[in-house]
This record gives sequence, C-alpha cells and structure tokens, in this order.
Amino acid sequence: MSGANRIAGKGRLTPARTARFTFDGKSYTALQGDTVASALLANGVHLLGRSFKYHRPRGILSAGPEEPNALLDVSRDSARRQPNVRATVQEVFDGMKVESQNRWPSLAFDVGAVNDLMSPFFAAGFYYKTFMWPKKAWHGIYEPFIRRAAGLGVAPTEADPDHYASRYAHCDVLVVGAGVAGLAAALAAAEAGARVILVDEQPEVGGALHFDSGLTVNGQPGYDWAQATAARLAAMPNVQVLTRTTAFGYYNHNFVALAERVTDHIAQPDKKLPRERLWQVRAKRVVLATGAIERHMVFPKNDRPGIMLASAGRTFLNHFGVAVGAKVGVYTAHDSAYEAAFDLKRAGVAVAAIVDSRQNPGAEVLAEARRLGIEVLSGHSVINTAGRLRISSMTVARNGGGAAQKIVVDALLVSAGWTPSVHLFSQSRGKLSFEGEKQRFLPGTYAQDSLSVGACNGTDQLQAAIEEALAAGELMARATGAAGGNAVSLSGEAAFEWTGGMIGASEGAGPDTTVKAFIDFQHDVCAKDIRLAVREGMHSIEHIKRFTTNGMASDQGKLSNMHGLAIAAEALDRPIPQVGLTTFRQPYTPVTFGTIISHSRGSLFDPARKTPMHGWEEAHGAEFEDVGNWKRAWFYPKAGENMHEAVNRECRTVRTTAGLFDASTLGKIEVVGPDAATFLNLLYTNAWDTLKPGRCRYGIMTREDGYVYDDGVVGRLAEDRFHVTTTTGGAPRVLHHMEDYLQTEFPHLKVWLTSTTEQWAVIAVQGPKAREIIAPLVEGIDLSPDAFPHMSVAEGKICGVPTRLFRVSFTGELGFEVNVPADYGQAVWEAIWAQAEPLGSCAYGTETMHVLRAEKGYIIVGQDTDGTVTPDDAGVAWAVSKKKADFVGIRGLKRPDLMREGRKQLVGLLTKDPSVVLEEGAQIVADPNQPKPMTMLGHVTSSYWSENCGRSIAFALVAGGRARVGQTLYIPMPDRTIAAEVTDTVFFDKEGARING
Amino acid sequence: MLLIYCPYCEEERSELEFRGAGDAHIARSTNIAAISDEEFEAYFFLRENPKGMIFERWRHIHGCGRFFNAARDTVSDRFVKTYKAGEPKPDLHPAPATAATVETYEALEGDAQ
Repeated sequence: MSGANRIAGKGRLTPARTARFTFDGKSYTALQGDTVASALLANGVHLLGRSFKYHRPRGILSAGPEEPNALLDVSRDSARRQPNVRATVQEVFDGMKVESQNRWPSLAFDVGAVNDLMSPFFAAGFYYKTFMWPKKAWHGIYEPFIRRAAGLGVAPTEADPDHYASRYAHCDVLVVGAGVAGLAAALAAAEAGARVILVDEQPEVGGALHFDSGLTVNGQPGYDWAQATAARLAAMPNVQVLTRTTAFGYYNHNFVALAERVTDHIAQPDKKLPRERLWQVRAKRVVLATGAIERHMVFPKNDRPGIMLASAGRTFLNHFGVAVGAKVGVYTAHDSAYEAAFDLKRAGVAVAAIVDSRQNPGAEVLAEARRLGIEVLSGHSVINTAGRLRISSMTVARNGGGAAQKIVVDALLVSAGWTPSVHLFSQSRGKLSFEGEKQRFLPGTYAQDSLSVGACNGTDQLQAAIEEALAAGELMARATGAAGGNAVSLSGEAAFEWTGGMIGASEGAGPDTTVKAFIDFQHDVCAKDIRLAVREGMHSIEHIKRFTTNGMASDQGKLSNMHGLAIAAEALDRPIPQVGLTTFRQPYTPVTFGTIISHSRGSLFDPARKTPMHGWEEAHGAEFEDVGNWKRAWFYPKAGENMHEAVNRECRTVRTTAGLFDASTLGKIEVVGPDAATFLNLLYTNAWDTLKPGRCRYGIMTREDGYVYDDGVVGRLAEDRFHVTTTTGGAPRVLHHMEDYLQTEFPHLKVWLTSTTEQWAVIAVQGPKAREIIAPLVEGIDLSPDAFPHMSVAEGKICGVPTRLFRVSFTGELGFEVNVPADYGQAVWEAIWAQAEPLGSCAYGTETMHVLRAEKGYIIVGQDTDGTVTPDDAGVAWAVSKKKADFVGIRGLKRPDLMREGRKQLVGLLTKDPSVVLEEGAQIVADPNQPKPMTMLGHVTSSYWSENCGRSIAFALVAGGRARVGQTLYIPMPDRTIAAEVTDTVFFDKEGARING
Repeated sequence: MLLIYCPYCEEERSELEFRGAGDAHIARSTNIAAISDEEFEAYFFLRENPKGMIFERWRHIHGCGRFFNAARDTVSDRFVKTYKAGEPKPDLHPAPATAATVETYEALEGDAQ
C-alpha cells in the first residue's frame, strides 16, 4: 500500500511499482514517479518543515518548482546529501533518505518555535535596529545565534563524489516549456524543418495538463495528447526533447543555460552518468512557453500545513492519485480553483465549501458547483484558521463584516489567480508592460530574437494559445531559413473559461490589522511587514524588498512578488506600474555549484604550468611557489633545513661557487623582420638600432603614460631578429601590448611577433665557477671573457643540442643563461648539474634569486614598482633614450606630475639593528612621534635577510628618496618602531667587479 | 555570452575568444612628443561613457589575433557592426528608445526619491 490517501483508479502512476524511502527516520512506501511531496501526502504527512524566522509549522504549498515551504534534506548516502531540496520537485527513488530541516529537537516539537511568540521583536528589518549594542557582541554572540536560529538546511561537509557534465548546443529554435503551447510551438517549428530543442523542467511533458483534466486537444485528453506529441517530436531527427531540464538563465544573443538532472531520480545510477549536465545553448530563435504560476491568497494564518494552491491539490489528485484531505475547503478569487473542488468531489472527497472573495464568480463554474451540490460562499472571506500542525478549521465571514462561521476542514485549497512566468523574458532584458484589467505583467518590448506564447504571454483561452504557439513556432522556424512544408493544425477545448484574480491582501489582512498573513513563506514576510517598510520610509520596491527580504529567498518570490508589490502600491497610494518590479535574475530555480563548475574543480580548476625541469626539481626536494599559473622551485631544503637555512646556504653557495636556477618561466618573444629594431625603439625606452648582433641590452618598457610596464634583457641575434625576454607574469600582456601597437599604430612596420616562452627551457648558471661548469659542454661558442663578455648572446650547441647562450646575470656574478629547446631542458640541466655538483655548486630557487638580485640593487617590476613608478623613480633613468623622437611613453614622461620634485624614489634601507628584517609593505615616516594620522613617506617594497652581507637589506619607495640618503627614517609597527638609514640600492660588490668573472 | 563577428575570420564566434581593448578611433599623434598637456589628456585619459552606441576595439585573441573595431549598443549589448582596423568610423546611430513600458527601478529612481 502506497499511502492511505491514494485513491484507487486515480492518477497516472502504476500501483505495483513501489519505492521505499524514509522521512525523519520513518519508513514510507511511494509509487515510482511520486515526488517526495506526493508520497508524503499519500501517507497523510502534511507537516514537512519549520519556517525560516518564526519556526512555524509548514507543509506543502505547491506541486512544482515554485515551492517555498517544503524544503528538505535529501540523501543517497553520507556524501551524497543535498539540503533545501524542494519536496515538490524531487522524485522518490528506492532507498532515499529524507530529513526535515530547521527544527530541534523534532519537527512536531521545535524549541525554536518560541520565535513565533517573540515575533514582535523580529519585525521586518529588525537586524538593522536591534542587536546594535554592544557593538562587539554582533560578531561574537548575536550573529552566530541568529544564524543558528534562522535558516534553512545544513551544507554537506563531505566532498561531492559525483561528477557533472557540460555541453554546448546550437539549434534553430529553442522552445522552453512543454505544456500545450510549448508542444504546439515545437511541433510547428519542427514540421517546418527547423532544428528544435524542447525543454521542460518536469519528468514528463504536459505542464498544466498534469492537473487540468478538463482539457482536450484534437479530442484526446490533454495529458495523453502531450505524451503522444512528445514521442512524435522525439522521433524526428531534427528535434531534441529534454525533460527534467530547467532553462535557468537567458543571456545575451539567445544564449540560454539549461540544467539537466540526469540521475537524481534513479535508485542505482550508472556510475558513468553525470549527476547533472549543464547545457549552454545558442539558439537562433527562442520560444518561451513558460506558463503561469498560481498565487496563494493572503489572509490571516494562511501558512498552516494543509493549506495549498488549488492547482497543487488538483495535481496531487489527477496525476498522483492522492487526496490532500478528507474534508477540503476552497478559498479563491479565481474560477480555476472551482475545478479543484469539482475534481475532488467527483473523486469522492468531501468538499466543505468554496469561499469566494468575489461577489460575482464566473457563471459557468458557479452553475457546475450547484449541480455538484458544492456550497459556494461568494462575497465571503477566510479571516482565520486553526490547527497546530495541520489546518483543522477555517473561519469564514461575509465581506464588510458580519457573523463569522467556523468550518471544519483538513485541507484548504487557495487561489488568487495566475502570475505569468515572465522570468526568462525579463532576464533576456525584455521590457514588461502592465495589464491593468487583469493586474499582471506581460512581455512588452522584446530585446532578443524570442517570442512568448500561451499563459506566460497572457493568452488564457486554450485555442487562442494553441494558435499563437503554432504561428510563433512556424514564424521562428521560417526566420532561421527552414523551408519544410508540413503545416500543423490543432484544436483544443477547455471545460471552463476562467475569470477573476486578485493581488494583495484579502479581507481580514488589510492595513488596519496586525495579523500574520504571509506573502513570502520562505522568508516569513507578512503583509504587515511591507506596510512597515513603507512607514519606515522605503518608497522604492527595491528598498522594500531588501528591508523585508520579500522575494529574496531561494524561490525568488515566485508566489510573493506580485502580492508584495500590490500591498506596497496600496500603502504608497501609487499605481502598481509606478512602483515597479524588482529585477528577475538568473537562475530561475536554484542550480547546484556542481552543474555550473562541472569538471573545473580540484586540479582541473586552474591549470598548473610546469617547466621542463619540474620533474628533476621535485625529485631533488624543491618546495614550489605559485607564480601566476607557474609552479616555480622556491628553495631546495636539505634534510633538517628550514627555509631560512636553505636560502642562506643557497645564497652563500652561488657567490662562492655557483648555482643552477630554472629560469624557463621568463616570458620570451621573438621579434623578427626588417623593421624589428625600429619597432623595439618605439616600444622600449632604450635605443635598439645601436645594439650589435651578438649583444644584449636591459630594456625598460613604459606605457603611454610614462610608467614602467615591464623590463627584461633583449638579445640581438641578427640584424632582423631579437630575442626579447619579459617578466614571468608579464609575458601575455606584453605580447598583447606589442601586437596592439604593431597592428593599430605602426602597421607599416614589417615585423612579426611570436611567443616563444614555452619553446625554450632556460637554465641560469651563476657564480664564479659558471664558466668552468658549462665550458666542457658547449660547442661552437668561444666562452673566453674577451670573445663572450657580459651581455653577449650566441648560437651554438650544448650537449649536442642547439642553444641560444646568453652571458647575463641577475645575481651580479659571472653568469650564463642556457636556452635550449624545451624538450631537451631536463637532459641539459642534468648534464650541467653533473658538472656543477662535484664543484660544490647548488640548485637554487626563486627565494635565493630574489635575495641575490636585491643584494645587487636589481629591481623586480611589479614588486619594486606598482604602475605609478617612472624609470627615474626606479633609478633606471639611464635606460631612457634622450635621442629618440618617439617611443611609447615619451610624452607621458613629460607630464608635470612625472617631472616634479619629491616623487617617490626607490632607495635602499638598512635597519639600525642589522638583525631586524623589515616587513614588505610597511609604511615609512620621518618622525615616529608625530600625531596620528602620520604623514607617510612611502613603503618597503623588498626586504630580506642577506647572508652574504651578514645583515638585513631592503628597498623602499620614499618621497624624495635619493635626497634622503644618509637620513634615518622610521617604520612604525604594531609592537615597536624600527629605525633605518636610507642608502643607495646596491648592498654587495658595489664596484660590480664580480660580474666579469 | 556575446557573439562577435570577427571581420578577419569572417565568422561569428563566442565572446570567450575575444578580449576588449578600449575605445576605437583614437589616433596616436605622429608627433606625440610635441603635443600639449591638454592634447595628451584628451588622447590618453578622457573617454566617453555613452548610453547607446559606442565604438570600441576588440581583439580576437584566441583566434586570429587581430585587433578590429566594433560598434556596440551599450544598452542592449548588441553588436551593430564590426569592421577591420583602419577602416573609417561608420555612420551609425543607436536604435530609437523603445516605447514607454514598465521600467525597472533604475528608470524610476528619480520618481522614487
């Protein structure tokens, strides 16, 4: 037995196909195809959760994706657990475990329900006003407490073991929604020959046909016609039908994102299948057939379990075969709810009464109610309800006052009419227009190539909707060039035409009352909260929304926004269109992070770039640091060494013997062509035409504004060929910058630029024994100091491999940089290491590289400069040519501010106490005793312990720095003030003799 | 995600392949070293931020690598035209403002205060 409330012969599920699941530890039987909501209702369970703020008992309000109340924690196993799952969407599978949320110790007895009694203290916007004192208590006490007391489910703690997929798709016509209108549009487009994708969020197509048993299409019951049509479409080669797939975002240029739930309904999913799949669809045309969502009535205590939308009651009955109660009341302002009463009555369920707030309900439904013997109380309203964990009665009174009568019910179906689902249309940046007569927003001006059809377009009458959809489907197909000739005609008939509808609070919940008449169930927002917000001075709907949090829950106000707007408009005494709507944002319904990120997690989140020598470095114990995406060897600790000891040893070794350093990450650009030197003249501050082939020069690149952009050594290999190096992080933007000028400002120059960063492995061999180490391996290059002096480049062979050998130094020692094709990098490194190690050399990492260059006063662009530093500020004004008529930055450098006295200049700092190492980024002042706020002169840019100097060293950018050499400045720190003397930037080998070996 | 027509590849490609590169039709003076502070300010710093048609540069960085120009409506994000670098600025005007319909808060801000 799959639940006492299942009515034999009703519904479309197969009684023999059952599935077992648990809810709060208790076992239940469902039918396959049940949602958690229908299965629990079948078993008489109406209490599913506690509300967000007041912990009021809550049940199931809807039968679809708009559900604000019935949020549950659903798990397959301990790792596959998801909080805040809508019970009305999640299908039951065998073995599923369901838990209620936001209650303690149990759902039926929840201590947090005291919040309901204390609700005067938790009025809308309370957190802006209360809990303000003492200020410190907010983070320590109030916020954690409020967060625990309020809220939804608990996020899972284990890593998600499932995998997710992502797919791009293109089509002529994308149809969103597979109700009558969507199916008709898809059929017309497909028969015209267009490539069609049809999506629907439910497990089966049909939309409103799930509940609307009174509809026929071409004489067939609507739901059956829908299934047959979907099968016909799916069999066509030009059509793809996707169910359990939500179109959740409509972006630029008809780019629509779909989330397909692949396995969440399967008991034993195939491990190869992704749990969910993200579809990124680019459609030439889009047809929106997203239907409408029924609104609830806003009346006192309208949130008890057992109170639900009339269409939900019909869905549970007609699709799932479940009676939502044994004695059901109806409270409505719209004809559609009458049909719920008719269906229930015909299925043998007692209908207590239809309470209609309207004086004049639709004549047809009224006549049918009379015929079926259902009592109709028109011009009446429900002014109260009773029942602790489920509704037990409703109190009904004639509008405008009069005797109240209590009517016993165990379920109450409500309807205030239908809100067209314009979410996707609005996301597409279409402009809505307000239809005053029916008080609803409809698609107005389109911003993209799309059309809305059916209920979401305000087309209520069935045949009109079908014809509108058929026409739109064909029109869109033709617009994409489809030339197929199969015309489609369909005729639909509805049992009743519907009239009526209202928005805002109903009788008994008006401005003169303080009752709890909920509009936003998930965030516990009542009609009175909206009025409070207006009284507090919020006049914009955006402010009202944020003050009350109306519509800000995970259901994004699918039920509440129109009610909130109407109540605000009434309080503001302004027409609704003038109050405006809040913006509809993606996603339409919650989408898992897994779906969005797909495979981009863990090691695939961001690719790691590794140099050709990475394996050797790893094997030799290197610690790595991240530089952009690069993994760079940071230092090579020996057994027992900490970082400090390892770096000190490496620094000593390079200066006494030699060291090997992996410089492969240096950006490299090959600049080739007859105008190569002219081009570099324009891009760098230096002059390049005077550089002879076989020689290198340190180059500075400025932006047009005169600030340092990049630097690096450039070698001239031939008249028309330069090997340009850039900073590790700067390579892509420098190439982009060069291409920009080459293509758009200097297109007349015959120059070709090629990124060669990855093509060359670079092994820096630095130290007094550098020549001795590489000499035995090099062929075809005379390494003698006279033939190959500092700043030389030559092509030859090393270890039999072609090399571009540079005699350059970033350490101030005799040094070489061996460039070899990347594939040979590790082999050549190992060959050089075999020479270097017996001599007592070391491999060194980026930390030692930083210390050694600082000892010599060499700057690092991006560390010692920050985008507001000129070549002169950085102390490299010698690299700026005075003779050139043009280069990028020539005019910027002449700007008054760049030429004024007192600019921040790069200087050295030596702490008075040589053992104190300054903190990089620390601020510098002249007088540490001046009142706060102190005048800052600048900041420390680089700071290290220098083992070779036997003391700390630092660089700083200091206002008027070079004129302050010899002065003592102060670096105030939280615990002390450090005194330091301003010096020049060279701390070691000031005369620079070592570089010549 | 935008679709952008590369005038060199002669194909509409996804925004992912492109990178914006600022305003178009701003010529660098051939005699830049000699221009006045005001001229340099206008050339380097001052930019319009129009509501409506903007002429801007894009680079098909993950495609052919070429810089080109585009006319784009900043309201709808729609590309009205793309054309090769060096071609003259086309004579284009944004589409007329759409008919009066319900605006969001941004349009009503003045009214709401």
